[in-house]
Amino acid sequence: MSINWFKYSSPATFYPLAGKLIPWFYGLAAMLTIAGLYISFFVAPTDATQGESYRIIFIHVPAAWMSMFIYLVMAMWAGLGLVMNTRLSSIMAQALAPTGAMFTFVALITGAFWGKPTWGTWWEWDARMTSELILLFLYIGYMSLTAAIDDVRRADKAGAILALVGAVNVPIIYFSVKWWNTLHQGASVSLTRAPSMAKTMLLGMLIMAIAAWMYSIAVALSRARLLMLEREKSTVWAQEVLEQKP
Amino acid sequence: MNWGSFANFIDMGGRGFYVWGSYLITLVCIVLELGLLARHKRTLWQRLTQIIKLNKQG
Amino acid sequence: MLITIIRRDLLLAYRRRSDVLTTLFFFVIVVSLFPLGVGPEMKTLRLIAPGVVWVAALLASMLSLNRLFAADYQDGTLEQMLLAPQPLALIVLGKIVAHWLVSGLPLALMAPVLGMQFDLPPEALAILFFALLLGTPILSLIGAIGAALTLGLRGGGVLLSLLVLPLYIPALIFGAGAVESYIAGVSPEGHLSLLGALLILTGLTAPWVTAVALRIAME
Repeated sequence: MSINWFKYSSPATFYPLAGKLIPWFYGLAAMLTIAGLYISFFVAPTDATQGESYRIIFIHVPAAWMSMFIYLVMAMWAGLGLVMNTRLSSIMAQALAPTGAMFTFVALITGAFWGKPTWGTWWEWDARMTSELILLFLYIGYMSLTAAIDDVRRADKAGAILALVGAVNVPIIYFSVKWWNTLHQGASVSLTRAPSMAKTMLLGMLIMAIAAWMYSIAVALSRARLLMLEREKSTVWAQEVLEQKP
Repeated sequence: MNWGSFANFIDMGGRGFYVWGSYLITLVCIVLELGLLARHKRTLWQRLTQIIKLNKQG
Repeated sequence: MLITIIRRDLLLAYRRRSDVLTTLFFFVIVVSLFPLGVGPEMKTLRLIAPGVVWVAALLASMLSLNRLFAADYQDGTLEQMLLAPQPLALIVLGKIVAHWLVSGLPLALMAPVLGMQFDLPPEALAILFFALLLGTPILSLIGAIGAALTLGLRGGGVLLSLLVLPLYIPALIFGAGAVESYIAGVSPEGHLSLLGALLILTGLTAPWVTAVALRIAME
């Protein structure tokens, strides 16, 4: 079966397709979350060293993974939009950003809630958490820049440059923070050193991560639809859509 | 994983505040994101359908 | 051509000397604020000195960034530069070099004097100077990208800081770290070579990225 993918590269055709897909992704997200939570609380055993507070990793780690994954995907879409001048690519990038920022924030907060009972302080300047904080700044920078530019095409392209520069810098920043942390290291323990993983713990994290992924796709597609309508409001297809729904 | 009793489940070995606090904050973030998205959609549709109506009249 | 751009920008900067001096005074003031906030105990001050001087240099450098393109943007010269046969990246490099000579180099020169306020030993002051000598061009180069992206935007200055400060962090870590490692008894070589590598990497890529960003801003 050959699908003409390019047919969906125009907002007019992608809009209804996205509309059909969104409920499926929300559904998957909900089911996987329930499964993941069940494993997190009723299957995974108590941890030998950390007791019950380790159960926070079932949110913290998937959120952290998603925060980084979404940034890379966002930068990829933005870059594609810049190079190939495709409207939809830039829209996807902007649609992903707030969700990525949200997961970054969740990763930071749950990291703090995990650290306090386990290692005594709400915040540790270890390499991973510090890099996560900087990632949040990068997201905020991208969203602020695109929001500050009125001209849509300029906003897309400038945002793409920023996202790509950020993406290239993430390994450099992570390396420098790791370097900084090891040099100033006292006797402190790495905050994100997870307990030695029982298989069920790994499974729980994985399922929650996929749930988060499905959720992100659903939300990003919803946001993308709104952006499509906003940008293409004077086209025939958009007006037909707006007139149909009550 | 046998919790023994509901009280044990809530208590989380003394760490209940942290565990449930984390899950609660995450839930709040998700609800907020979905809520903002819904509001964005509402206001956008209102504005755009308004524009179409005015264009038809004018 | 490069020399011409540098000379031109230096001449323009000379005509507005006050802009240059205010950046330097800002640097001095910010560094002096920290003892006032932290307390005059030399033990503490010696510890925080490299970080304080570097953060102040970051902030001072960042404040001077809008001067890079703003004037040319307003009087139409920037448009001409975009149409010039010379590669835009080269023109941008010239402007960045001039900007550094006027905003970055003075900071590096001033830093040892400020370091003395924090009772840093002479060798540490030398390393501080050298690290800033390597680091301030990095700040100008990265800052140029931000200045180009935010060209002409309202609320530009604050937005520029938001974009650029996270990207400054590696330079901050290696630069301040060089001095700190010397004080801790370790050779600063590692930090300084990383800083140097960062300078080369940024020097090769930033002018080109800035040029692309300028074209986007001017479309």
